[in-house]
Order: sequence, then structure tokens, then C-alpha cells
Amino acid sequence: MLNKYPLWKNLIILVAIVIGFIYALPNLFPDDYAVQITGARSSTEVNSNVLDRAIKALESDGIEVKSSTLEDRDALIRLTSSDDQLRARPAVQAALGRDYLVALNMAPSTPSWLKSMGAGPMKLGLDLRGGVHFLLEVDMDTAVGQRLEAVSGQIKRELREERIRYRGGDVQGTRDIVLSFRDEATRTEAFDLIKRQYNEFLLDQRTDGDELQIALTLSEAEVSAIRKYALEQNLTTIRNRVNELGVAEPLVQQQGSNRIIVELPGVQDTAQAKRVLGATANLEFRMEARQDAASSETEQFSFRDERQRTARLERDVIATGNNVANAQQAFDENGQPQVSITMDSVGGDLMNRATRNAIGRRMAVLFIEFRTETETKMVNGEPVESEKRVVEKGIISLATVQSALGSSFRITGLDSIPEAAELALLLRAGALAAPMYFVQERTIGPSLGQKNIDAGMMSVGLGFILVLLYMLVYYRGFGVVANIALTVNLMLLIACMSILSATLTLPGIAGIVLTVGMAVDANVLIFERIKEELKSGISPQLAINSGYSRAFVSIFDANITTLLVAVILFAMGSGPVKGFAVTLCIGILTSMFSGLMVSRSIVNMVYGGRRVEKLSIGGKLANV
Amino acid sequence: MSDDQKQAFDFMGFRKIASAISIILVVASIALLGMRGLNFGMDFTGGTSVELEYAQAPQLDEVRSTLTEAGYDQFVVQNFGADTIVLVRLSESGNDQLAPEIVDTLSATGNELKLISSEFVGSQVGDELKEDSGLALLLALVVVLIYVGMRFQFKFGIASVVPLAHDVIIVLGVFALFQWTFDLTVLAALLAIIGYSLNDTIVVADRIRENFRKMRVGESWDIINESIHQTIARTINTSGTTLVVLLALYFLGGEAINKFALALIIGVVVGTYSSIYVSANLLMVMGVSREDLMVPAKEGVEGSEEEEQPPEWLNRM
Repeated sequence: MLNKYPLWKNLIILVAIVIGFIYALPNLFPDDYAVQITGARSSTEVNSNVLDRAIKALESDGIEVKSSTLEDRDALIRLTSSDDQLRARPAVQAALGRDYLVALNMAPSTPSWLKSMGAGPMKLGLDLRGGVHFLLEVDMDTAVGQRLEAVSGQIKRELREERIRYRGGDVQGTRDIVLSFRDEATRTEAFDLIKRQYNEFLLDQRTDGDELQIALTLSEAEVSAIRKYALEQNLTTIRNRVNELGVAEPLVQQQGSNRIIVELPGVQDTAQAKRVLGATANLEFRMEARQDAASSETEQFSFRDERQRTARLERDVIATGNNVANAQQAFDENGQPQVSITMDSVGGDLMNRATRNAIGRRMAVLFIEFRTETETKMVNGEPVESEKRVVEKGIISLATVQSALGSSFRITGLDSIPEAAELALLLRAGALAAPMYFVQERTIGPSLGQKNIDAGMMSVGLGFILVLLYMLVYYRGFGVVANIALTVNLMLLIACMSILSATLTLPGIAGIVLTVGMAVDANVLIFERIKEELKSGISPQLAINSGYSRAFVSIFDANITTLLVAVILFAMGSGPVKGFAVTLCIGILTSMFSGLMVSRSIVNMVYGGRRVEKLSIGGKLANV
Repeated sequence: MSDDQKQAFDFMGFRKIASAISIILVVASIALLGMRGLNFGMDFTGGTSVELEYAQAPQLDEVRSTLTEAGYDQFVVQNFGADTIVLVRLSESGNDQLAPEIVDTLSATGNELKLISSEFVGSQVGDELKEDSGLALLLALVVVLIYVGMRFQFKFGIASVVPLAHDVIIVLGVFALFQWTFDLTVLAALLAIIGYSLNDTIVVADRIRENFRKMRVGESWDIINESIHQTIARTINTSGTTLVVLLALYFLGGEAINKFALALIIGVVVGTYSSIYVSANLLMVMGVSREDLMVPAKEGVEGSEEEEQPPEWLNRM
């Protein structure tokens, strides 16, 4: 029968619409203002006891608590207004102390039955919720240079140990080390040694004047490995530091081969954020002081985890975190967690010299932190926030030296795997693998964010209504069909973005608006085709059928080409362009579904399977 | 629009005038781009911008003199959206501490103000962005050329890419003429214009192809004219709905996407025009003929000139 969809086809469309509705629904529930509590370290547990203390503190300040939830590693307290939220943070922080991080957050208020189906609202981009955006660039040349310096030192030390005499050796250019020798025999000896141990280099024997040289050139693969390591290392460090800032849902992401994006929603004070990100947390290795050491040569430090426990250490620093090349959490032969540390050549030397004669004594790893603390004082009844820079030193490990240490050694006697993992992380985070600098920065105030949301919603709303009216006036009955299809399209678009948890940005909203405008194109094409077919004198039923099938080719070609452009946009663009491209891509796909299938299904239900004299499609001829 | 069976409007009759207009516009745009250049936004040039909200509307001259006294040069001070909101743009991009410094300098004069947003872009990032964007535009055009060339025919490929370049150049020309800020959102708009204009061009081209296969008599002239006539209602309606939405975006979307909407509005108008006059015109000039569009005849199969049918899976859909 003409223009009749079989039941299963209608059912598929219905299912798609229902699923779309369910997953678009969470966006209708406004986010709650909330404060989020997390442990400052991985070993700090957030339990119901902590939560109770926080809630009590809020209640005594007269701040209404809407609800609270306790999850695996954090707790969330929902509040009723933004004012309460701003007041709640210092109150909770004061009640819980420094072991916990309290951050402002927006908590989605998705009902649990929706959440159980995995539905959640779209994420809002920084331009809509306010916050700071940084783009940091890693100085890769320095990263490679540092590595070369370290290797060149190491090779020279090994040559000395093997009693192979060299005349000189230096880093040349950006990726070469050149060593020179007096005679052919020593050069051959050195060449064999280097070849055995340093296979990441391309070796070349050459002469410069009367000097016999070995040139070590870093291979392309090794250079990219170093760059990759530097970037990963800096990412880890930055992530670690961002966590220190106590920001809910921060974003730290690699961009390109040498850049790092950091987005901190809700943060307004860029200066503080930059201080912390650029801060140099560091490590020091020191020996424990002997019992009889003069007090002028020792210093007392407390442990980072247990403030009461202290130890006396020598004032002399053996090595610092700048000398740690790598640190990994691992297991010793008894299956106990340990941290394997690799020092660079300088650090290895220093470590070896210091521990050679100190077997049986204990060595401490001291963690040094440069932090900014915000103090809230009451001045004339008004809370005034002031910042001060704090240097904090705490012992993270004190272990017995069992044998002379070299460039790689391990720290054992750790309590748990998380503790070992965190120590490794801190050791790695102690220094950035390569210097970084800020190349882009963007601050969006919260009021601007709200303004952007309002403006975006207004224009989507108005644009949508205008298009509905336009179609209704021009195409009458079929206009209604197109309008339903358009509504379904908007719903599906939002649902898809929510399911993919795509981030909604201002250009994204612009993309939605544009999709609304262009989505009706498919239906306009079809309806014009139907009108034309009617004009040529065929029956309304046939006109509908051929209108839909003939317009398809145009719609398909037009959409595929636009989709191609959108995909290029997504692949090549950055930031705002990407956000726009995502919505455009999804919008094209959903508009094809709604424009072709949903509208056809409705038309079939209305006109299909019966005698039709005329169609309500606007224009003179159709109504004859 | 025109449901009555009147003689098709002679679109192609204006083709000489239209060609002249198009060529003049494109040449003028290129000249403007060469002479005045684009007023690149910070995204591209690098620099620092600070957006401040004053409690009371400040005198911009005073703000300028305060900054000059503090030793800044090469800056722009302007109102942004409201007269209490001031945007300060500096071309300097070496110092990432500028934004807080400016806030301090300006608030030192006793004005009550707060920072709404600040932005800092290093000049290197900007340069890379310019390159990448140019590349993205070119790549988009090439991909379109290839796809349309395969899907239709090579002449159609040319006839769909040239109007795109035409549209992009004219929009750029307008931006150069008025020295509107060209930033990332405008770039996104340009790419959207490519998508939109392409959409239009393909629909017209599709109908031309169909008519060439269907109408066995008539000159190319008549067939193209007829095709445009048949699609004009759709072209106008789609442009209409899109423009309606864009106007909403322009008036309500706020400063941040103002230029985006503006670029698209110009683009949609030019794109609609170009899909008729540039694209169809080019097909005429290149002498597209029935032979170009024949479905390659399979041996021994009658009626191989049938119009292209929608794929079979559509009917099952």
C-alpha cells in the first residue's frame, strides 16, 4: 500500500524518539550549587564522619544544606543558592582543616532513575560557566638538551671508570655529543663501550684536524621519545598541581605535540592559579643526623603524614628532585611496594659519594612545597582574604641505606601500594621535565558565563519559534509536520550531545542555532518537490511518494558534502571551532533522520492508506 | 513562491550583468584585502585583552591617558556591549602578567571596577592558527571538489567550488572594508558558509543534472533556467528560515557571537546568490552538455539514460 509505513518502522522511530527524550531530559533539571570535599592526599579518606563535621559547621553558620552524598573518594554537599555556596567553602575548609580540599562545584540534579540509565546533562564549556583557560608550551629543545647533558656526563664518567682517556667531550648543536681522543686504539675501545651501552645514539667515527672523534647523534625516534616523555611528565606534574588547587572537574589535556591545555572552571584568580601551576615543588635527599652531631649542623623536620613524628637531619643536601630522572612504583622480591628511582648522572654521582660510607645509616627524602595559602581574617566584621606564600618541608620517607647507592636505587618500607604510587608521583612531580611557559590565557567571569548562557538560550528559543512560524504560515499542514520533525531534531541533537558528553560552548550554541535554521531544508526540499509533482497533475498519494524519494538524492548529496566540511573543521580546528564542528556534525545526522524518516512517518499516518483529494501544503495549486 | 504555470523567469538572461557584478565584487574584495587587510582578532595576532566592568561609565579618554601615563603604548580602549564595560586590547604578547597589571593601574585611579574576562595569546600561537585555518579552508575546498567531481562530474566540481571561494572572498572583503574584527568565531562562520553555500549549490546542480537527463529537448540555457526556476522556492525558503534564525542570533546572541552571526548573514545572502548566478553561470560557460551527464551506458541495456533513482535501501527505510 502506498505511503504506509509498516509497524516496525514506526516502532523504530518511536523508540528513537523515546530514547532521545530520556537522554535529553536531564538538561531540563538545573544544576545545584555544591561544595565538594576530597582528601588532600590519596591516603586521606573522606568518610561519613568528615561529612558530618562539614554539615555541622554549615548548620552552625546558618547555611541551609539541601542534601549530601558520600562517594568513594569524595563527598558532595548541595546547597540552595550561589551566595550560600560562596559562604560555605571557607566554613567547611575551616572545619576540616588542611587535610581536605574543598572546591566549589555545580552538581547535576539528575533524578536517580535517569542516572541509573546513564543519562546526564551536557557539560558546559568554560565560556558558559566561567573560569580560567591556560595554554602552556613545553620547551622541547631544552628537554632534549638536558638529556644530552646528562648522557654526556654519564659517558664521560664511565670512560673514566674504564680508564679510557678522552681529550674532551661536549654537547654540540641540538642533538650531538662529540668526544675526542688521542689515538686510534682508545677511540676503538671507547667506541665499543658506547656502542654496547647507548644504542639510542647513531655513532660516527670522524676526524677533525688531528683530533679523532666519536660523534653521537640522537636518533629521530629517540628525540621524539624524549619529547613524548617530557610532555607526559609535565602533564603529570601539572595534573598533580591542579589537584592541589582544589578545583572541581579541572581539565588538563595535551594539545598538539608540545602544548598543554589547563581549564579550571570556577577559578577567578588567575594569578594564584599561575603561581601554583608554575610552582616548583621539590625534593631533597639528606642523611639522618648522627646522635653526636652538633646541633648547628642539623635540622628538625616533621613527617608529612604524621605531624607529631619528627626526625633530625643533616643540613647538607645530598641531591635534589632536579636530579631525579624517573620514579616508578614497583614491588620488591617479597611483594612489598617500593619506589624505584633513577637519578641523572650528576645525582647518581652525588648519591654514590654520600652513601658509600653511610651504609646502615638512614636517608630521608624531604618534600618541599611552595604553596599559597589564603587566610580569612575578620576585619571590622567583614571577612578579608589575604594570601601568603608558604614554604613547607616534610619528610616523606626515612629508610636505611643497605648498600652504596648509584644512579638507580629504591625506597622500600612503604606501607601500601597507594603510598608507594603517590611517592613515585611526588618524586616525578618534584620537577618539570622541561620548562614551560604560558602562551595563552583566558579568564571568563561567572557573570559573563551566565550572560552567555542566557543570550544563547534566548537566540535558540527565538530562532526556533520564528522558524516554526515561518513553516506554519508557508506550508500549513505540512508545516506542522516539519515543525514536529524540527522539534524531534533539536531533542535528538541535545540527547546525542549528552550521551557523548560533548561540551557545550558558545560557538556550540551557535551551531545548534544554525542547525535549526538549516534542518528544515530537507523538508522544504521535499515539500517543494511534492508541490511540483502535484502541479504536474498526479494524485496526492503519488506526489507524496515521489516527492520524498526524488528529493532524497539532493538531500543526501547536500548533507554529505556539508558533513565533510564539518569533519574537516573538527579535525583541523581548535577550541571554539571544534565545539562548533561537533554540534554541526551531530546536527546534520539528526536532521537527516528527522527530516526524512520522522516527517515521512507523520505524513504517512495522516495521509497514508486512504483516498486523499488534496494536501494541506500551502500555495494555490495544492488546495484546488 | 510561484505556483502558477507561468513561463519560467529568465534567470540566465541576467547572467552577463551578474557575472560583471560578481567579478567586480571579488576583485574589489581582493583589493581591499590587499590594501587594508583584515583586522585580525587576538586569536590570530597574539596580544592581551582585558574586559572590565566599571560601576559608573568611565570616560574612555581618561582610561587612555591613565594607561599612557603608566607607560603602555599600542593599545586600544573601547566600549564593549555597554558603556560601563571597557575592553582594553594591547598588541604586546610577551608578558603574561599584563592583565592583572592593567587592572591594578586602572583601579589605582579610584574607579570601582571588576575584571570580567581577560585573554592572553602568545604571538606564535596566533601565527600557527593563521596557517592552520588557511589550510583548513583550502582542504575543505579540495575535498568538496573531489567529492562533487566524483558524485556528479568534473565540471560540476568546478562549478561548486568556485562559488564557495567567491562567497568566502566576498565575506572577507566586507570584513576588510569595515575593519570588523576577524577572530576564531568568524573563521568558524566562514567554514559554515562553505557548508551552507555548498548545500545550495548542490541542490541546484542536482536539479540541473536531473533535467538534463529527463528533458530530451532544449538548449542548456533553457534547461538550466528551468532548473533554477524549479528550485527557487526552496532556495528562498531555506535561506529565509536560516536568515530568520541568524537575525535572532545577531540581535540576542551577545557581543561574543555578534560577528559570527554577521559573517553568516552576509554569507547566506551571497551564498544564495552565488548558487544561482555563479554556479549555474559557470556551467553555461564551461558548456555543460547532455553527454557530460549520461549515465555510462551498459552494453545491451535499454534505457540507460534513466534518471538517477534513489538507492534501493531508501525505499525500505
